[in-house]
Amino acid sequence: MATSVVDHAPASHHEPHTGIWSWITTVDHKRIGILYGVTAFIFFLLGGIEALIMRIQLMKPDNTFVSPELFNSLFTMHGTTMIFLGVMPLSAMFFNYFIPLQIGARDVAFPRLNAFSYWVFLLGGLFINFSFLINAAPNAGWFGYANLTSNQYSPGLNTDFWVLGLQILGVASMAAAINFFVTIVNMRAPGMKMLRMPMFVWMSFITQILLLLAFPVITIALVFLMMDRHFATHFFLPEGGGDPILWQHLFWIFGHPEVYILILPSFGIVSEILPVFSRKPLFGYTAMVFSGAFIAFLGFGVWSHHMFSTGMGPFADAFFSLSTMLIAVPTGVKIFNWIGTMWGGSLQLKTPMLFAIGMVAQFIVGGLSGVMHSVPPADLQQTDTYFIVAHFHYVLFGGAIFGLTAGAYYWFPKMFGRMLDDKMGKLHFWMMFLGFNITFFPMHFLGLNGMPRRVYTYPGDLNFEFWNQVQTWGSLLLGVSFLVFIYNMWKASRRPADAPADPWRGATLEWLIPSPPQEFNFADVPPVHSATPAWDLRRAGGGTLPEPQRVSGAGIHMPRPSYWPAVTAVGVLVTIGSILFTHAFSQWYFITLTGAAILIYGIYRWAYEPAF
Amino acid sequence: MDAHSHAQGGDHAHPTPGLYFKVALVLFVLTALEVLAYEVGHGRMGADLQRIVEPVVVMLLLVLSAAKFALVAMFYMHLKQDPKVLTNLFIWPLLLAATVIAAMIVIFSYWRVVGAK
Amino acid sequence: MSDAAAHAIEHPTTTGIDSRKVAIWTLIGSECLLFASLISTYLVYKGKSLVGPLPHTESQCMLHGKMQACEPIFSIPLVTFGTAVLLFSSFFVVLALYGAQKGNRKMLITWLSATVVCGLFFIGMQVYEFSHFYHEGLGYTTNLFASTFYTLTGFHGSHVTVGVIWLATLLVMAIRGKLPAGKSLNLEIAALYWHFVDVVWIVIFPVVYLMR
Repeated sequence: MATSVVDHAPASHHEPHTGIWSWITTVDHKRIGILYGVTAFIFFLLGGIEALIMRIQLMKPDNTFVSPELFNSLFTMHGTTMIFLGVMPLSAMFFNYFIPLQIGARDVAFPRLNAFSYWVFLLGGLFINFSFLINAAPNAGWFGYANLTSNQYSPGLNTDFWVLGLQILGVASMAAAINFFVTIVNMRAPGMKMLRMPMFVWMSFITQILLLLAFPVITIALVFLMMDRHFATHFFLPEGGGDPILWQHLFWIFGHPEVYILILPSFGIVSEILPVFSRKPLFGYTAMVFSGAFIAFLGFGVWSHHMFSTGMGPFADAFFSLSTMLIAVPTGVKIFNWIGTMWGGSLQLKTPMLFAIGMVAQFIVGGLSGVMHSVPPADLQQTDTYFIVAHFHYVLFGGAIFGLTAGAYYWFPKMFGRMLDDKMGKLHFWMMFLGFNITFFPMHFLGLNGMPRRVYTYPGDLNFEFWNQVQTWGSLLLGVSFLVFIYNMWKASRRPADAPADPWRGATLEWLIPSPPQEFNFADVPPVHSATPAWDLRRAGGGTLPEPQRVSGAGIHMPRPSYWPAVTAVGVLVTIGSILFTHAFSQWYFITLTGAAILIYGIYRWAYEPAF
Repeated sequence: MDAHSHAQGGDHAHPTPGLYFKVALVLFVLTALEVLAYEVGHGRMGADLQRIVEPVVVMLLLVLSAAKFALVAMFYMHLKQDPKVLTNLFIWPLLLAATVIAAMIVIFSYWRVVGAK
Repeated sequence: MSDAAAHAIEHPTTTGIDSRKVAIWTLIGSECLLFASLISTYLVYKGKSLVGPLPHTESQCMLHGKMQACEPIFSIPLVTFGTAVLLFSSFFVVLALYGAQKGNRKMLITWLSATVVCGLFFIGMQVYEFSHFYHEGLGYTTNLFASTFYTLTGFHGSHVTVGVIWLATLLVMAIRGKLPAGKSLNLEIAALYWHFVDVVWIVIFPVVYLMR
């Protein structure tokens, strides 16, 4: 048990396994997963601080805690950060760490491409946040509606940081999506047919499909916007015949699948946790798979429900209203199946389970308000009010973040070999649950009473003050709950790494190997005969599983560490980031060419470097 | 490595250069037909022919283009003999792409069409 | 270039298809949406240009500092020729792949060279076309037609350029004898990308050039 991989050093190419260089050159999906997790969590906290500043500003009428300009940047960067730098990469942490483990693979299909994705993500996240330091943080909203983003209404570099930052992050997402898609298609353990994959893998698979099909659209929209801002085109500018509404279409053709990109991994995590802590197999496995696929399919046919107020006419309004309502059907199937899973089970209310149940409950609230604004006349009342803010926080915080936190408690022992304290975890849950609902439920009332979103303050005679104050206290409670979480992780890191391989009696393959797993994951790739292979083995063993031993990985060839992915990522950053300078000096394209040179050099060195 | 790269699933009868050449010829002819449809549809071959062809010229071009597309995908990209999974990787995004284009045209022409009445 | 192939030695893939081939098809599927966005923008902005030059009709346009009548700008014979060249390059690259798989180095090098030459020719055609348009008064920002047309065909052209560089790299490897039959998959995935670039043009040619 105590023998470490390093002693045998089988898989390593005699490279060190510690130190910063080992992290820069790593191609191990588990280490990259941890890098994603740590980076995304820091960005997530940053986005949370931005939210808290906004809440303090809104605590009382006519407040002057922050300026209107800073408030614009805060809500823009809060949305952008939480979506692209928080929830998506936190999901990517779980994709990285657990897709290969759950399908019985030794790594992802393209380990170096995986490292590349991470480095591009990191650089893109730093790039977009760097704007704060030069007082030019994006301020046109996370949706960047034209023609608010034109040079006329958004002078300065603020929107450029947003456009180029998202473009860089898009490269990371695309590379990762191809990688995980191919991994799931092609790297499954013998016997793991598609309909035997764990539900987390299934939902991740569907997420990758959404990423692959949605991101190209935003890429093009951002290219158009970049051209408008830097090269004097009129794609979205009426004075040249362009149509600002085109931006909204392109943005939401991407944007609606994007919200499923945010929520589906969480659906997957919850579908892993509920059966394990109910001691029952997932109810309606096949229905869960197909409802997930159906949600994704419909996700491409509903984008204009974000645009009812643009006056598309009765035909489009009716179509997109009906398609949106239809989404409630597969989502309802999922919720009933989760409840069916718990029904009659012997529930163990450990921390991961609490978060999972919390996710289901809160997602129902968010889902129902979603159906409310699928009705265009109702939507016209609700659009641009706090009712919408309430809705999407119920699905994205109450849904996605609760699901991801459930996953963090569930898989922490597997990733770090240490259990998180259950009492503290429960404290975290109740604080977060109360804080979340106190913060966001009153937004329904405020929204229906007419409080508009994205305004930095409100006058005192509109009766908005009481609920705003309640919300601010709730948000502080929410913020403190994350301190409990951080303290819990810190305490765990001080304890010896003695977590058992399978602390929860899990159903899937990752529980069959030591915690944390060895570099090569599986010494022998396990055979799979059902969707719950670990339970099969446990049943065959009369209810117990032998604690897996750390073994020598001699003879297992693992990919060689490489720094070319990181170099290539720098090339991506410089190439795309160079556009910032078009207005600053006329020879800006030398920076672009430098970036392109680094990029091309990196790609060639990468291509000709042996992978093993 | 050697053995592997040929184990690409359905190993039945790889096309031969002869077949590739036939496909190239058909592609060439279809392209010529496209240009012909354009010329006829726009009156280069007289008004009588134009009257017949003009209403269907867009349809004609789309069909010819789809035929060329299919030929390249099936024979040159080997979808005809490669495993079906690869066809799926192409055809579903393609359908989505076509639907998006069609939907955008419908949405953006709505007020123009309705307003004209 | 050999990440997954080397993996495959130890870990045969689930589908039996090399992961790199699945990856290139995944990328191709994804790129369908990239070009769909460009084509839809071109089409919804069709006829919305405020000034000329226009593709198929006469118009008023600003040339040499004054407004004047302009001819339709497209030259169908030129672009038909470019289209034929690109189509034939697809034919040539399947022949090169056939040669590579059969271990016929001469066939591989001959037809791969022909493919690269065709690709270069197509890029040359596009450069000539763009500069011709520019001299006719159609700058990138002149009107919506110009911006959407140049962006769409420019994106396609940059794909062609990447394809030419990729195929040329493989050609150098082939000449150096580093592309034996066992590594023909390297060419196969490049060829798939090349064919995709070709089918995109198969759509662009009628939709942009031949539909008024």
